[in-house]
Amino acid sequence: MERNFSHLDTLENQSIFIIREAYCQFRKVALLWSIGKDSTCLLWLTRKAFFGAIPFPVVHIDTTYKFKEIYEFRDRYAREWGLNLIVAKNEEAIAKGIGPASSKFTCCTELKTIALKQAIARYGFRALYLAIRRDEHGIRAKERVFSPRDEDFEWDYKNQPMEMWDQYKTKAADEEHLRIHPILGWREIDVWEYIQRENIPIVSLYLAKNKKRFRSIGCETCCKPVDSEADTIDKIVDELRTSKVSERSGRAQDKESDYMMQKLRALGYM
Amino acid sequence: MSRQQLKFVIVGHVDHGKSTLIGRLLYDTNSLLDGKMAEIQKISSGLGRETEFAYLLDHLEEERQQGITIDTTQVFFKTDKRQYVIIDAPGHVEFVKNMITGASQADAAVLIVDVVDGVKEQTKRHSYMLSMLGLRQVIVVINKMDLTDYSAARFDSVRQDVQQWLNSINIEPITYIPIAAVKGDNIAIKAEHMPWYLGPTFLESLDSLKVTPPSEAKPVLLPIQDVYKVGDKRINAGRVETGFIEKNSLIKILPSGQITTVKSIEKFLKDTDKAVAGECIGFTTSDSVFLERGDIICTAGKEPTLTDTIRANIFWMSKQDFAKNQKLTIRCATQETSCRIENIHKRVDSSTLDVIEQDGDILKNLEVGQVTIKTKKPLAVKDFNDVQELGRFVLVKDCNICAGGIVTNGCYGNE
Repeated sequence: MERNFSHLDTLENQSIFIIREAYCQFRKVALLWSIGKDSTCLLWLTRKAFFGAIPFPVVHIDTTYKFKEIYEFRDRYAREWGLNLIVAKNEEAIAKGIGPASSKFTCCTELKTIALKQAIARYGFRALYLAIRRDEHGIRAKERVFSPRDEDFEWDYKNQPMEMWDQYKTKAADEEHLRIHPILGWREIDVWEYIQRENIPIVSLYLAKNKKRFRSIGCETCCKPVDSEADTIDKIVDELRTSKVSERSGRAQDKESDYMMQKLRALGYM
Repeated sequence: MSRQQLKFVIVGHVDHGKSTLIGRLLYDTNSLLDGKMAEIQKISSGLGRETEFAYLLDHLEEERQQGITIDTTQVFFKTDKRQYVIIDAPGHVEFVKNMITGASQADAAVLIVDVVDGVKEQTKRHSYMLSMLGLRQVIVVINKMDLTDYSAARFDSVRQDVQQWLNSINIEPITYIPIAAVKGDNIAIKAEHMPWYLGPTFLESLDSLKVTPPSEAKPVLLPIQDVYKVGDKRINAGRVETGFIEKNSLIKILPSGQITTVKSIEKFLKDTDKAVAGECIGFTTSDSVFLERGDIICTAGKEPTLTDTIRANIFWMSKQDFAKNQKLTIRCATQETSCRIENIHKRVDSSTLDVIEQDGDILKNLEVGQVTIKTKKPLAVKDFNDVQELGRFVLVKDCNICAGGIVTNGCYGNE
């Protein structure tokens, strides 16, 4: 008998299970919301997990170089969904003028990783929800659902904890915090099909204007649009069913050297 | 409507060709993104090697330099029939815990054996782990046929060795396929060099595997994950593991034994009166019973066993030996309590099945133990062969999972 339970239902339920597990264990948690499609999808799942009342803050790491559409979207839905929004910036680095004109590695590390470290120290978060996915990058494919970071924020990718049967790691004293990855097993197309099914609002940059659209968004300075005529969610889903172009092909930090992503992540990058 | 994805893990001894097989599969099913092969060629030549399919998965710098897989990874591909997730598992004895992490998430498994090298230590250990994890759908591929001149005799001889071992651990594979992953023989396309082989290609064989959904036909089991206060409601949250639950149904709560009625099924933005196996839901009760994490919702008369003494097979996966009577934490579904292993009836070598010791005092890394566990609080459990969700558990020491186990209450056989 074929169950009336789709692939998206399976993914949704698995994610909600993970979101609830982590909150139950850590309580002092936060969700990192980049305002992109993945973390907005994660935010939607989190609202479902807690019946609309998310019991912890949602953090936006603001490099100040984001698209204006991102800021508008953030403020609108933070209000509509009643989020406890924290905007975190590395003010010191911004004051010193660190930005995309510095090396990409320095800029990402200072304005994202360090800004995140400061936010964790300030609010005392024990675990963070992140919307990374295995199919985005070969390094992320190696991640665990509950992934520890040590006091220097390092990811010990050579010695990752066991996970089995929906049983995850608990936090040890010498670990700074855990990264929780509820949508690790989703593919890009799953995210879009879910957005389509659930009618989740997304930043307009994803939709094609003048035959260009963004497949992945971040800082305005480091994202390039791809050629596309997909100006609706339905068309994006259709486009992705046949596309063979990498999702992050427009993202600069994946390009500088073969292992830049590994090095950024080892230092605490998302 | 998208069909269910099938997840399979590829296991086997180191260098028997797991990553190469996956690379080949992605290549032959046209699943690689544009520029990916060029990138792999560039990295391969940078390291002074020929184009290495394995680099499609071995992404860590150390993995590529040393030519080994360190950690499990997952990649996606699709055939005309459905979507797949391939779980690659490292073949080194060092990384068995990563292999188990990968395999515990799979619906099916592929065991790869090098036709020249034959059955090796990890061939045996990995397949034994599959059997312990309850993975029943197994495809065996005999790789590197090109190195034996596609010899049918050599294939048969290795096949017999594999079969003999798998028989001893109660695995009955779906099929044995001779392949040459490097050349693509019998992967997506039938090999011209092996006219003697009349069976399916690897891809055809994959398409014959089944996804087993959680069982709705069994009595309801719903472990409580957490309790939320939303507005003036006290919502009990959890996942229906088996069966279904609906408004007005009579439920029993373990361990307290209280009986109550479901007042409402709660889902955000959705009105519903029923939830089935696999669904994460909330519910409220008509009496003001106070549920907490670890409580198990079930049907009166069809309860799981509530016990503080569990017979189990465990596999120890920590470099630190386990010494009898050491205190551990046991987690089974959302239940958690401290425990001690009272008896280690047998210590078994997981790569030979040899009994190392009867009534032992320790368990070493990678050993399997037939044990009796004494828990501080009673747990609701089922025999693993009956309900996996309450028949499997992990043992935790110093915040890390150090063993996995399956409940064998009542099915020990001849001791």
